[in-house]
Amino acid sequence: MAKQVPDTRNVGKDAMTPEGTVNRAALAAIFNPEDLNALEMALQMKERIAGSEVYVLTMGPQRASDVIREAMFRGADGGYLLSGKEFAGSDTLATSYALSLALRKIEPDIIVAGRQAIDGDTAQVGPQVAEKLDLPQITYAEELVDINDTQITIKRRLERGSEVVVSPLPALITVNSSAKECRPRNAKRVMKFKYALATSEMAAADDQRKAFIEERPYLHIVELAAADVDPDPEQLGLSGSPTKVKKIENVVFQAKEAKTLTSDDKDIEALMQELIASHTLG
Amino acid sequence: MANFYTDNKDLQYHLSHPLMKRIIELKERNFADAAEYDYAPQDTEDALDSYRRVLEIVGDVCGEVIAANAESVDHEGPRVVNDHVEYASGTVRNIEALNAAGLGGMTLPRKYDGLNMPVTCFAMANEMVARADAGFENIWGLQDCAETINEFASEEIKAKFLPRVSAGETCAMDLTEPDAGSDLGAVMLKASWDEAAGVWRLNGCKRFITNGDGDISLVLARTEEGTKDARGLSMLIYDKRDGGVKVRRIENKLGIKGSPTCELVFNNAPAVLVGDRKMGLIKYVMSLMNAARLGIAAQSTGLCEAAYREALKYAGEREQFGKAIIEFAAVREMLKNMEAKTLASRAMLYETARFVDIYKQLTHISHDRSLEAEERQEMKFYNRLADGFTPLAKMFASEYANEVAYDSIQIHGGSGYMKDYACERLYRDARIMNIYEGTTQLQVVAAINHVTKGTYLEQIMRYEENARTEATEAMGAQLVELRKVYEQVVERVETIDKETTGYKEFHSRRLVEIAGYIIMSHIMLRQAAECEAEYLNPTKIFVKYATKKITEAASYINASEAEDVALFA
Repeated sequence: MAKQVPDTRNVGKDAMTPEGTVNRAALAAIFNPEDLNALEMALQMKERIAGSEVYVLTMGPQRASDVIREAMFRGADGGYLLSGKEFAGSDTLATSYALSLALRKIEPDIIVAGRQAIDGDTAQVGPQVAEKLDLPQITYAEELVDINDTQITIKRRLERGSEVVVSPLPALITVNSSAKECRPRNAKRVMKFKYALATSEMAAADDQRKAFIEERPYLHIVELAAADVDPDPEQLGLSGSPTKVKKIENVVFQAKEAKTLTSDDKDIEALMQELIASHTLG
Repeated sequence: MANFYTDNKDLQYHLSHPLMKRIIELKERNFADAAEYDYAPQDTEDALDSYRRVLEIVGDVCGEVIAANAESVDHEGPRVVNDHVEYASGTVRNIEALNAAGLGGMTLPRKYDGLNMPVTCFAMANEMVARADAGFENIWGLQDCAETINEFASEEIKAKFLPRVSAGETCAMDLTEPDAGSDLGAVMLKASWDEAAGVWRLNGCKRFITNGDGDISLVLARTEEGTKDARGLSMLIYDKRDGGVKVRRIENKLGIKGSPTCELVFNNAPAVLVGDRKMGLIKYVMSLMNAARLGIAAQSTGLCEAAYREALKYAGEREQFGKAIIEFAAVREMLKNMEAKTLASRAMLYETARFVDIYKQLTHISHDRSLEAEERQEMKFYNRLADGFTPLAKMFASEYANEVAYDSIQIHGGSGYMKDYACERLYRDARIMNIYEGTTQLQVVAAINHVTKGTYLEQIMRYEENARTEATEAMGAQLVELRKVYEQVVERVETIDKETTGYKEFHSRRLVEIAGYIIMSHIMLRQAAECEAEYLNPTKIFVKYATKKITEAASYINASEAEDVALFA
C-alpha cells in the first residue's frame, strides 16, 4: 500500500492556505517516503520467494497513478488505483475500510505499507487495515530477516533497541524510515513501463496509445471504483469518517529557556506538579 | 533531492540537438528492436524520451548517492587485500546503486542486454558521475572498454563478455608498464600461446592501471616474440574469474583517490585474443584511446560544473565588508569566466560526441551490410571530424577543469585551502585530467595534423554559414576576422617550417589552441542564436576570452623567428 502525498518536507511560504489547511496545489505530489521503504522491503521479499509478485495499491485521485508507475519503475509488477468521488474526505477509518475492501478482492499473501504518511502522520491506516482483515500485524519493521511460504521474520525498530519477531502468513507489515532505502528506478523498467496508464487515463488517451497498451497488458494499471469493492456507502468518504476538525491553529515553535534539574526527588516532584498544573501531564 | 540532470539546463539542451535525430535513426535502424524487446523505442520521439528518462535516473543516483559518498571515498580510498582490490565502502554503494538502476552497458546493443544508447548520452552520464565524484567516474566510465570489444571481437567473445558488462561488471584497460607510458610501442608484457589449454598466457607487469582489478580487462601484450615495436602487440581479454593476476600495490595519488591505480603482476594468466594479432596498438588501442579521451573530456566537464557550482554557492553565502562576496566585481568576473569555460567545454564535448556517434554507428552498420555511396561519404566525413575534435575536446576540457578548480579555491579564499570544502578535492582530482589518456602535449600532437590537413579550417568555414541573429551578428563577423588570423599564422608557420625543421612543432600548441578557440566560439555562437536567453551572455564572455587568447598566441607566433627553434632547444 502506498500513498501520494504533498511534499511537506520542502515547505515554501505558500504551503498553507490562509485557512490553515495544506495548500496541495503549492506542494509537489510525491511518493510517501516510508512507503518507498515498504516497497523496497516488498521487493526484497519478491527476490527471496520465487514466482512471487509485487503490486501496489493506492487510493486517491487519478493522478495518484503516478505512485504506481513509480513503483513499477523501481521493481513492482503492477498496481491498483482505488479511485472515485465516494472516497473523498476519508479519514483514517474510512480509508482503512476502503483499502481493506480492495484487499479482499486482490487477496495478497503479504501486505506491506509505510509506517505513516507525511501529510497526516497518524500511523493508523496500516494497523486498522490489519484489524479489518483480521491479520497479524508487525509494525515499525526495519529489516526483513527471513521469509518462506508460511512465515515471516522481521526485525522491528523500537524506541530503545530492536526485536526480532516471527509471524505466520498472511500478515500486514508497516515499515519504518530506518529500513533500507528504496532502490532507484531501473533504466529498462522505466523504458518498459513509461506508458502504463490506469483505466480512466486510458479513456483520455489517443487511439494509438490505447491500441499500444491493449497489446501490452502489463501497461494496464487496474482501476477500482467504489462499486468494484462492494462497499457499505455509509462507511465511505466523509460519511464514514468520524474525525471532525474542530479548529486549526497555527503553532509557532518558540525556543524557551531550558531548565536544569538535579537528581534530587524534590526537584522532580516539583516539575511533576508543574506539568500536572499546566495539563501537560495527567 | 538533488538531480544532476534536471538541475542542468545546458545538459538538457544538448540532448535536443537536431543531429540527435540522425543518430537515433542510425542507432535504431527502423526501430526493428521494438518487436523483440519491451524496452526498445517505437520511434524517434520515443527514443529521445527514453534517453531523457534514463539520464534522469543517472542524475538522481549521482545527486543522491554518489555525490554524498564522494568525501568519504576520498578519505577512505581502496586497499589491497589478499592480492586484490577492495573498494572504499562508498564506492561499493555507488556501484550497487548504479547497477540497481541498470546502467551498465549503456551503449551496447540490446542483444547483449545493453540500453543501446548513443555515445552522446553515455558522455552525459559520465559527466554527471564525474560532477558527483570524479574518481568514481574512472571506475564506472571504463565500461566503454566494452565498445572496443563490441567493435572488434568475435561473436563468441562478445556473447560471453558483453552481457556481463551490461549486468554491471567493471572493466579495465591494461596498457601502460613501468617503461611504456606515453610510448606504448615499448610494451613488453608477454603473451605466449598455450597449445594444450588453447589459450594465451600472460606474463609480466603492468603499472598505473586504473581499476586494475576490474572484472574484465583489455590487455595490450606482445604476442610476437622477438619484436620490439608496436607491430608485435596484440589486444587480449583477461577474465578475473580465471585468476592469474595479482595486484601488487595501489598508488598513493594526489587526487581521484577513490579510483584504484594498480600495479599488476601477471603470472600465466589465461587470456583470449581480440580481433587480429599485431593490430593491438595500431588499431584497437587507438579506438580505445579515442573513446577514453572523450570520457576524460566528459569527466573534466563534470568537474568544471562541480567546481563552478561550489564557487557560486560560496560566493553567494560568504559575506565580507557587509555584503556577499559575489557582489564584488572581481569575484563576479571570475565566476562568469568559469561559467563560460564550463559551457564551452560542454559544447565542444557534445559536438564531438555527436560526430563520434554518427561515424561509429555507420561503421557498425557497414559490418552488417555494404553502405550506400552517400552513407560511406557521411561516415568518412564524420570520422574525420571526430578524429580532429576528440583531442581538442579532451585538451580544452581538462585544462579548463584545472583552471576552474583553481579559481574555485580562489573564490573560497583561505577556507578553500582547508579540507573543509569540496573545492580542494576537486582541485586535486582535476590535476590528472590533462595528464592521463594522453597529456595535453600529446593531444596537440594528434591535433596538429588537422591544422595541416585543413580539417579545422573547413569546419570553421562551415560554422560561418550558420544562421545568425541580430544579437549574434557582430560576434559572427568577429569570428570571421579571427579565422583570417588563424589562416595567416598557419601560413607563416608552414612557410618558415619548410626552411627550419621544428618550427611548426614549436608552435603547434599555439596553432591548435587558436583553432580550438574559434571552433568553441562558433559552437557557442550557434547556441546563442538558437537560445538567446540562456547563451547570449556566456557566449559574449567566451568570445571575449577566446579573442584575447587568440591575439596573444598569434602575436607570439608573428614575433617568433626561425631562431626560436634553436633558442628553446
